[in-house]
Amino acid sequence: MSATTIAGSRGFTIGQYVICLRGIAWREALRFLHQRERFVSALVRPLVWLFIFAAGFRQILGVSIIPPYQTYVLYEVYVTPGLMAMIQLFNGMQSSLSMVYDREMGNMRMLLVSPFPRWFLLLSKLFASTAVSILQVYAYLVIAWLWGVDVPAAGWITVLPALALSGMMLGALGMLLSSMIRQLENFAGVMNFVIFPMFFASSALYPLWLVQQSSPFVYTICRLNPFTYAVELTRFALYAEVDWMSLGIVAAMTVLFTAGAILAYDPARGLIARRGGGGA
Amino acid sequence: MSVDVADGPVASAPEAASLLPAIAVRDVSHAYGPRVALSHVSLTVPQSRFTALLGLNGAGKTTLFALITRLYDTREGSIDVLGYRVSREPGEALRRLGVVFQARTLDLDISVMDNLLYHAALHGIGRREARRRAEAALADIDLGDRARDQVRKLSGGQMRRVEIARALLHEPRVLVLDEPTVGLDVASKTAIVRHVRALVRDRGVAVLWATHLLDEVAPDDTVVVLHRGQVLAAGEVAEVVAASGAADIRGAFIEMTGGAAESQG
Repeated sequence: MSATTIAGSRGFTIGQYVICLRGIAWREALRFLHQRERFVSALVRPLVWLFIFAAGFRQILGVSIIPPYQTYVLYEVYVTPGLMAMIQLFNGMQSSLSMVYDREMGNMRMLLVSPFPRWFLLLSKLFASTAVSILQVYAYLVIAWLWGVDVPAAGWITVLPALALSGMMLGALGMLLSSMIRQLENFAGVMNFVIFPMFFASSALYPLWLVQQSSPFVYTICRLNPFTYAVELTRFALYAEVDWMSLGIVAAMTVLFTAGAILAYDPARGLIARRGGGGA
Repeated sequence: MSVDVADGPVASAPEAASLLPAIAVRDVSHAYGPRVALSHVSLTVPQSRFTALLGLNGAGKTTLFALITRLYDTREGSIDVLGYRVSREPGEALRRLGVVFQARTLDLDISVMDNLLYHAALHGIGRREARRRAEAALADIDLGDRARDQVRKLSGGQMRRVEIARALLHEPRVLVLDEPTVGLDVASKTAIVRHVRALVRDRGVAVLWATHLLDEVAPDDTVVVLHRGQVLAAGEVAEVVAASGAADIRGAFIEMTGGAAESQG
């Protein structure tokens, strides 16, 4: 503290941290409710895969017995965890888009001038957007179940922590990307260079052994793609199993991306402060 | 030494505490790459006073606001808010600061009340208390009946008044406003200036008001003239005018900056 200050209450209680977190989550939920088309489009995308692509692919794509499956499974069963992760991937990028929008529109400033520590504010935002993505995933899962995709009863519960972790990883990646995007128009680049490569070069749509057979190079890329591990973590958790390697990699990537995002939004070290202009 | 003053109007604070500047900027410089935005800027905003930060567009006002509010880190020099160093204790400094940015920062898609509640949460104020304060604040600016309206349905002047009400929701002792009347009609502009001056007079809030509109400066204000990232003059309006040899603040400003000041927004 400086030599002379005007005292008064100092710091925040845990209760106040909770109030702040709840406030950020509440606003995220309000924005989500006001953008119903966002909810619908988040569901339409995976459902198109499930209803249309899966119908076609099941005839041409054989899926052998691979863990966690105990038997041959239909393509729509195989693809369901991938589509769940796809929802989280798009949601993570969507929240990245909304952060760029908030920055351009100025709303982001109100978050950043809150007296709470910036890491806490960004983590709160991450939790909030992850919670929204989990709601979307469960909505999809219900529709998939009605479509005939059978999920073990326990899987509905055991997949929750996996979704929380993979949602955090993809949300943190989105947050990190948002700090690098100067303008809203540049977001199209994210679609082309991040979302599509991450999604297609993964085990979301086809098992990696099939990829390895056709192209060892693409297989290597798939193995280096963190999204592959989010998919596998979700896949195993849906059958009440843990894929430890996926868990470790997704956890490590979550820490890495979150730390990167916090650093990027740090006023002392971040990219935004250095660039100036519309910045924060 | 810490001068212990309970939160509340500065008018009731002990004399020693009232000597402490609301904002003290010391030798602050800032650059965006090779472009220097501020160069060795020092200024003081006294408590319970209206301080006008006068400068043409591009003078460095917005950069200074970004540093005071810690959107950017102060790399050279220091900034204190009521004695709290912004770079070292940002939380303590920011909780004593109300901010109105030049760009609109309300969420247009949610209601006026939800915007205020969101801000209150960002300051750790519980929902019941936040609602009480928000209702009082909206009544104060004659927008009590618009609480449930979506922000985008408000006029520019109404949005600005909501932003000021929001900035005061956590009862800060210092309010900083960056060109708050830009783009508003004359009636809205007059209402906002009057409202903020009443906050200084009645509640003892210290105000830093950045503007390029000279008709927003009153004879008994403190004024700081910022030009091309440097402070050219600072003090009571009468002192600044006298030092420049001009007849009034308009003449003094033009004399110092060589620019044509605007009188209307």
